[in-house]
Amino acid sequence: MTNTIFSAKKIITMNPARPHVTHVAVREGRVLGAGTLEELSGWGDYVLDETFKDKVIMPGLVEGHSHAMEGTLWKYTYVGFFDRMDPHGKVWGGVKGIDAVLARLKESEAKLSDPDAPLPGWSLDPIYFNNERVNRHDLDKVSSTRAIGVMHASGHILNVNSKALELAGLLKTGIDHPGVPLGDDGLPTGELKGPDVMTPVGVHVGFDRDMLSCDEDGLVDFAKLCVRTGVTTATDLAARLPEEAVAMMSEVTARDDYPARIVPLRFHHGVTPKDLIEHVLQLKEQSSDRLRLGMIKVVVDGSIQGFSARVRWPGYYNGADNGLWYISPEQLSEIINMSLEKGIHIHTHTNGDEATELVLDCMEEGLRQHPSRDHRFTLQHCQLADRAQFRRMAKLGMCVNLFANHHFYWGDEHYNLTVGPERALRMNACATALENNVPMAIHSDAPITPLGPLFTAWCAVNRLTASGRTQGESEKIDVAAALYAITLGAAYTLKLDGEIGSIETGKRADFAILVDDPESMPPEKLKDVRVWGTVQDGRIFSAAEL
Amino acid sequence: MFPEQNIPVTIIGGYLGSGKTTLVNHLLRNANGKKLAVLVNEFGELPIDADLIEAEEGDIISLSGGCVCCSYGNDLTSAIIDVAQMRPAPDHIVLEASGVALPGAIASSLSLLNNCTLDGIVVLADAETVQKKSQDKYMGDTISRQLSDADIVLLNKTDLVSADRLLQTREWLKQCSNNASVVDTVHSTAPISVVLQDFERSALKPASGKPHDTSQFESYKLDMEEAVDPKKFASELITNTPELVRAKGFLLDLDGTVKTLQIVGQRFMVSAAPQGIECGVIVICIRGD
Repeated sequence: MTNTIFSAKKIITMNPARPHVTHVAVREGRVLGAGTLEELSGWGDYVLDETFKDKVIMPGLVEGHSHAMEGTLWKYTYVGFFDRMDPHGKVWGGVKGIDAVLARLKESEAKLSDPDAPLPGWSLDPIYFNNERVNRHDLDKVSSTRAIGVMHASGHILNVNSKALELAGLLKTGIDHPGVPLGDDGLPTGELKGPDVMTPVGVHVGFDRDMLSCDEDGLVDFAKLCVRTGVTTATDLAARLPEEAVAMMSEVTARDDYPARIVPLRFHHGVTPKDLIEHVLQLKEQSSDRLRLGMIKVVVDGSIQGFSARVRWPGYYNGADNGLWYISPEQLSEIINMSLEKGIHIHTHTNGDEATELVLDCMEEGLRQHPSRDHRFTLQHCQLADRAQFRRMAKLGMCVNLFANHHFYWGDEHYNLTVGPERALRMNACATALENNVPMAIHSDAPITPLGPLFTAWCAVNRLTASGRTQGESEKIDVAAALYAITLGAAYTLKLDGEIGSIETGKRADFAILVDDPESMPPEKLKDVRVWGTVQDGRIFSAAEL
Repeated sequence: MFPEQNIPVTIIGGYLGSGKTTLVNHLLRNANGKKLAVLVNEFGELPIDADLIEAEEGDIISLSGGCVCCSYGNDLTSAIIDVAQMRPAPDHIVLEASGVALPGAIASSLSLLNNCTLDGIVVLADAETVQKKSQDKYMGDTISRQLSDADIVLLNKTDLVSADRLLQTREWLKQCSNNASVVDTVHSTAPISVVLQDFERSALKPASGKPHDTSQFESYKLDMEEAVDPKKFASELITNTPELVRAKGFLLDLDGTVKTLQIVGQRFMVSAAPQGIECGVIVICIRGD
């Protein structure tokens, strides 16, 4: 058997016994060893592959909270404020005002040949245009004859044109709904807030009913984004996973050229706890190397910027009503208890600190009933948790995956509007998590923010908001801790740390191939580290050749 | 001869264990040939009594008498659109909200759909536990918000509490539910004419069927021979009839047209009436002690 030995300018192993080496040997898609060429030649015949001799190799990056639908969204017109790379490597410049949004949409409109085809756009964020809203008249200038809908970056608001309202039967007076602002003429302005309002119009502007779903092309494109960002394992955090979707994902991920390991979690909603557990046990059986099934995602509350997160006293800074529960304590307890009993791994979505508190309470009680040494239940987002809650997480053996990117994109909003200056400083408290020995990952929640763990690491290290303020100096972490969080840290929350997350004997040959060295870049430049591509299970994927 | 009518939707709210599922089964059992479409958040352990089920396919269960039950999972709006498009169209949609949902928010969403109309919000309260639950650290405000959204509160499981406690709970409910009508029930067996206003759509008859608990309700008919201002009439009827639960009928407007009037709790709705209909309003009240 011939081994492949890759040489590199530098290999960051995440193995403390030998943190930096120059060569890594690979056999059957796994790491034989990392060290010097001389050491590795001891494994027998080898081929020296010098493709990466002037590159830096890191363990393949692990995105612990993303959604594969990021791949699907790129079928639609991107109108975000920030530059963003699509699956084909094209960087779409951010649009810096409403006129630019309309111009971008017009370009797409000109390419449509079917006069009835809708025109969907995504990632609009009027926060950056001084909150100037896009209304239906603006979008009518792009087209008055085809339905147009533009989803906001938060995913919570949709702007549509008059034609879309007309098709949905909403171009009428007399609508009385908090999510449908009306203009002076008594007709809707075209801004639609919240899923209940967005759905009936969304179907007319090209947004699929099930926003969580990802089709075949989307799954393929998602993996291309993974290669471009150095990711070799990514979660698809919350899908309903019906049979046909699982069959599609199994087929696609098994293709010889599929470059990523996908970890889909079953969304709790819409079935009873008992049926949920049964389904997940069944899914677990269908796992394969590149499709890891059998975990549960429970959504407990909404979002902070949408004011639907459950926050503790004294509530929202602007006086908004407290948010919404998406599950009752009884059902949450039942799912936790049954999962602990059957050894099923749960991740919970909590944004507000009251929702986090409920999960901690339910876990404490659940663990009394079903003591479990290594459950690794993970609090996802967990943006507003305070220090006392992190201490409880540690005692209960929980992990946390903090939404570091959020701090950059909406930090100013949280400071000024949602939770106010003091609590905004503690949001996504990476330093507190580590100080209390809570195993920690950080995430993008793609497509809410762009996939890119090195950018996420930059967010956690610098804690800059979009306006350029440093928010929460005491919660900054150093580069080493951030790099750990996007490799072994995230792998640990998925119980995959024995397989991936570091470069050492026995691990999967999953590498991020970098042009720049994240350890010697200035910390404030971490996001600018260039990615050449990945190696996944020993297979080489060059971003330039996708 | 009837114009294409919107399908009425009754929202059934209330916390876990308050008796929502029992009420849904009760309605299905007493549907009297009307096609009810029941939307539930999830198919739990027997959300529908087994003897009512005829066939089960994916997210839809066919029930005896042309009724159906669908689970809406995470997309309520789509489910309502789908059900409203079923042929034959259902006569009435009964929407069982999840235990943590705010029925008022669901009602707002209904206002955006073009082929259904809110018939009323019925919220169940467990006579034994509702007050304590409304103080719960996590769920208290959710339960209070559910009750304040209600047009009618079904105070359920009244057989499990003392008369004094019942009286006190009823008064408390009046306060925290914006003066909704509070109707006592045991095993969720409220008369269908109370829960589903539009149950009798075309015919104007004194309260349909026999209420299960005949002692609790009385119904009477107002002849409505003279023209009135419908809105003024409705407001006055509500004010002057503190025990009113529901009213429905047809009346002559001052402009000479005939209008349909529906009242549930404190809420009323005036719309165009079918042609050639006879005037008269049926009022259902809780019988005074």
